[in-house]
Amino acid sequence: MHKSVKTPLIAFAALLLFGGLLNFGVNAYIQLIVLFVIINSILAMSLNLVNGYTGQFSLGHAGFMAIGAYTSAYASTQFSFFSESFGFIGIFVTTITGGLLASAAGFLVGLPSLRLKGDYLAIVTLGFGEIIRVTLLNMEAVGGPRGISGIPSFPNFFFSFSYSCFWALICFFFIWRLIRSSHGRGFLSVREDEIAAEAMGINTTKTKVQAFVLSSFFAGVAGALFAHVTNFISPSSFTFLMSVNAVIMVVLGGMGSLSGSIAAAFFITLMPEALRSLQEITGVDLRMVIYSLLLILIMILRPQGLFGDKELPDIWRKYVRKSA
Amino acid sequence: MSVNLLEVKNMTMQFGGLKAVDSLSFSIPQGQLSGLIGPNGAGKTTVFNMLTGVYRPTQGEILLSGKNIVGMKPYEINHLGMARTFQNIRLFKNLSVLQNVLIATHQHISYGLFDTVFLSKKFQNQETEMHAKALSLLKIFHLENKAHEKASSLPYGEQRKLEIVRAMATDPILILLDEPAAGMNHAETHELMKTIARIRHDFNLSILLIEHDMKLVMGICENITVIDHGVKIDEGTPQKIQTSEKVIQAYLGVEA
Ligand SMILES: Nc1ncnc2c1ncn2[C@@H]1O[C@H](COP(=O)(O)OP(=O)(O)OP(=O)(O)O)[C@@H](O)[C@H]1O
Ligand SMILES: [Mg+2]
Repeated sequence: MHKSVKTPLIAFAALLLFGGLLNFGVNAYIQLIVLFVIINSILAMSLNLVNGYTGQFSLGHAGFMAIGAYTSAYASTQFSFFSESFGFIGIFVTTITGGLLASAAGFLVGLPSLRLKGDYLAIVTLGFGEIIRVTLLNMEAVGGPRGISGIPSFPNFFFSFSYSCFWALICFFFIWRLIRSSHGRGFLSVREDEIAAEAMGINTTKTKVQAFVLSSFFAGVAGALFAHVTNFISPSSFTFLMSVNAVIMVVLGGMGSLSGSIAAAFFITLMPEALRSLQEITGVDLRMVIYSLLLILIMILRPQGLFGDKELPDIWRKYVRKSA
Repeated sequence: MSVNLLEVKNMTMQFGGLKAVDSLSFSIPQGQLSGLIGPNGAGKTTVFNMLTGVYRPTQGEILLSGKNIVGMKPYEINHLGMARTFQNIRLFKNLSVLQNVLIATHQHISYGLFDTVFLSKKFQNQETEMHAKALSLLKIFHLENKAHEKASSLPYGEQRKLEIVRAMATDPILILLDEPAAGMNHAETHELMKTIARIRHDFNLSILLIEHDMKLVMGICENITVIDHGVKIDEGTPQKIQTSEKVIQAYLGVEA
């Protein structure tokens, strides 16, 4: 077997085993949360490509996710053959279509807005996310404010889990290898110093547009998964808050760390749920207060994020060397 | 008749009311080591910024190998063979020394995203080649043992050397060095100048060097252009510049 697919396949097999255990071991509520963790991981990793690795502050990720979600949901509900007779291939095609349309939007946003930097870029991408949401709100073809309901589910939990993990792994290994290639080093150079990057022959405009296109593809895929896991989407599923949440995951995990993004996706998805049980005891809803305090605390203690720009293996090595 | 590698004609840069560079003309023949000197704020760095496309000259022409490059993007100009270092060091600070050099070789690779993701032969071969090239360039400046250190962790002098290595990794025909010896002591400076003279022969480079230390430029440059307040006040061989009334007045007069 070619070594390029060996590690991903081993990882996939391990995840499938875990999915099999979850399939019987836990209730539907926990299963749903597990799926959200995976979807959020994809969202965070993809945003990390733009915000963390390329250093462009984008605040419109919910917009790309919405495009992916709506495209795939529309395809699944309007052309029923997609999800029924075509089975897996239909699902796969709708997901890819969602991703591609999202990356087309990424291209359109990328072109004009990448002349801007920092706060200005953040404002433009924020505006873009809102434009997408408001457009959907006014598009009767996709249900306007009512959104799209009755989106077909994946066949069962094990399928949902495997399929989501499949995409998460593609996203992970794609970005991982990209960053360790000449193309990826171009992304990093843009983050480090645009003027020096240009002087060394890097076409920084093209690089930034590429980052947006690739990143929004995976955001679109995350959207497609989200639509088929929740079976219902509306414009209010993709508010500004969701973009902020994506940024929080990237910053909390560490700009430029994929393991960090995944860890943060766990934290951000599980924390509100874990605090839910606390609320049952205290009787008052302090979830948001505690959640915010925890975030503030972590960012004070580790301003570079949980993982900084390191990956799990780096941290593992450092730890083992220290204790040895 | 040989065409000059670089030909600058009436280049002007106006910042609001300030003419930082005023109708400057000069040329660099293929293979020459030229110096650009002038007192503080004379406009030397601004000249570099125009040559490399960071600023667009308000007026004038810049011909590189006979081709007008005014209005081209910095990366395009770099692809045509002009590379530079920065006076105020602009390394990719959080990346390793090796990564800094590898980035500069990016324009020479031809593998695509597909090769990257599937770790194709093409990807592996070109990566191996790039790494070997980067390391051999680092070796020239004795930086190969620091390849995996963070660029920002290097001492100041080595950061300047890394800037030169990085510029060379783009395979330039003309290299612009903006005060490469700034902040170095006498011995370090001397060694650096020897290395610069050597790479110029080994890599068949033409060099334009900005330097504050007059003696230093006199030592290695074949031709020197002197500017003050953005205007060229003299040019010629080191011997001629050393005895030029105007230069002594404008340049040495400031220092004295
Ligand atoms: N972007 C800019 N905007 C406005 N003025 C500028 C700009 N860049 C340079 N200047 C001005 O142009 C003049 C020339 O500056 P420049 O940096 O080219 O001088 P220099 O010869 O490199 O000086 P030094 O020896 O100190 O490096 C200075 O007066 C400087 O303040
Ligand atoms: Mg200067």
